[in-house]
Amino acid sequence: MKSIVLLSLLGVTSMFAGVFNYRKLILPIILIGIAAAIGLFVDQWGMNKSFYQMAFFDNYAIAFSCLLLSVSFLIFTLALYHYRKEGDIVTDLYALFIFALTGGLLMTSFSNLVMLFLGIEILSIPLYVLAGSRRADLASNEAALKYFLMGAFATGFLLFGIALVYGASGTFDLAGIAAYVKAGKDIPDFFYVGIVLLIVALLFKVSAAPFHFWAPDVYQGSPVLVTTFMSTVVKIAAFAAFLRLFNYCFTPLASYYEIILTAAAVATLLIGNVTALYQQSVKRMLAYSGISHAGYLLIALVVMGASATSVVFFYSAAYAAASLVAFAVLTAVMENKEGRESFETFKGLAKNNPILALCMSVAMLSLAGIPPLAGFFGKYFLFATAIKDGYLWLVLVAIFNSLISLYYYLRVIINMYSSADDEVPAFTPNYALVLMLLLSLGANLALGFYPDLLMGLLG
Amino acid sequence: MKEVIQGIPLNYYLFLSTVLFSIGVLGVLFRRNAIIILMSVELMLNSINLLLVAFSAFHGDAKAQVFVFFIMIVAAAEVAVGLALMVLIYRNIKTLDIDFLNKLKW
Repeated sequence: MKSIVLLSLLGVTSMFAGVFNYRKLILPIILIGIAAAIGLFVDQWGMNKSFYQMAFFDNYAIAFSCLLLSVSFLIFTLALYHYRKEGDIVTDLYALFIFALTGGLLMTSFSNLVMLFLGIEILSIPLYVLAGSRRADLASNEAALKYFLMGAFATGFLLFGIALVYGASGTFDLAGIAAYVKAGKDIPDFFYVGIVLLIVALLFKVSAAPFHFWAPDVYQGSPVLVTTFMSTVVKIAAFAAFLRLFNYCFTPLASYYEIILTAAAVATLLIGNVTALYQQSVKRMLAYSGISHAGYLLIALVVMGASATSVVFFYSAAYAAASLVAFAVLTAVMENKEGRESFETFKGLAKNNPILALCMSVAMLSLAGIPPLAGFFGKYFLFATAIKDGYLWLVLVAIFNSLISLYYYLRVIINMYSSADDEVPAFTPNYALVLMLLLSLGANLALGFYPDLLMGLLG
Repeated sequence: MKEVIQGIPLNYYLFLSTVLFSIGVLGVLFRRNAIIILMSVELMLNSINLLLVAFSAFHGDAKAQVFVFFIMIVAAAEVAVGLALMVLIYRNIKTLDIDFLNKLKW
């Protein structure tokens, strides 16, 4: 809880940076603040503190919060590189990032549906603004409006679901709802409708099919740093909330909604991977890749149970580590190629910037799930758990989709290692980019070679 | 007041809210003007408020009424952000018809 307060204050500090003229200092302050927030969370490990039945910091909440904070730490390091030439408005953007992050932390630690709703909104509202933060750019405007309308629409479904669940159980408290479901005495039909509406709203938020259509447009139109934030922090927070809500409350009713989640998982995998095949923009391809990874995570949700939490945690960490590298290289390349983002833009990167090309290759291979990188172990644990619980056919579908995904991940690598007239010029990345790449690549390799680092955490 | 609300069966409130909610959903799906879509979203949220208040009265529990305040506040914040975005877009393309927002496509 202390770290949530700390982060809110950090956001306010960042908002006033423009007024009191300490703009140059703000990024170091933010980085120190986030590191302190991680420290405060780690300090709470195992204590299971509850705050007025609104937020409950068990190990699950702390692990996911620390993951979100670490990812944001790396994104702010990337900001140090990406926004190094920008002027005034950047501190406002940082404040919005931090407020969104605070919402994400609430989504991992809620123990009351009110908190879930507020967390999702605190996460989303700053993001609507961030998506439109390149004001003169029509694509950014369009992304912001689409994200806003779709987000508000999804909020409607979430609230209707919450209202129906409340109407049946008479409480917003997760423990109360869990007790109500467990007792299972004359549950009215509209309670099940409520669960389905909650699923719809959360599928919207994690950008899973058939509610994924907004994601590629929004990811492509938003500024690249915001896209990085959306495809890592927002996705992980939404999954953490999804898993927490359903694991806590509705597991005894799994037989009723399992079919919906299974169908959504298969559809998400197929649509995400097949559509990614014929994309021209790498940014948009990464958006579809994010959608397909949401499909893999949905399989973990179908399988559920205590083992699913550690699998989802490991998978999200591996996915975030690889995505961060990919987006960092994309940022650097776009900056040196007048903001273009097609596959062809990457031509000649290996010749002129071999290190960056190597980083990108590692990221792509990790996303595709090639051993010994983190992405492989994420998939391995996921598939092993699913097979153990008797979902062999689902695993076969997922493996088939992993094979499809190899095509578009390798396409990036092939483009980097081929030459063209219009190549990426040689440039020296600044210290922030180097630091960020080192940290996320390190995380990627560490998780690949010592998966037990995170696997054992949540039991 | 509670007696008045409870004088009508709960199902009627459920039906009314569901109908209002569906009108809102249809509005979002079929209207093309961004402001009308925003109004439809508001209609969805208000149908939920109605439902929550009804449930609250039937359960004899004030929690849902407090939740309604939260929804109103968040809706106000959303409208503030949404209208600002629309002003931004209107300045750039001089229309709020969402069919003109078609730059992002494969």
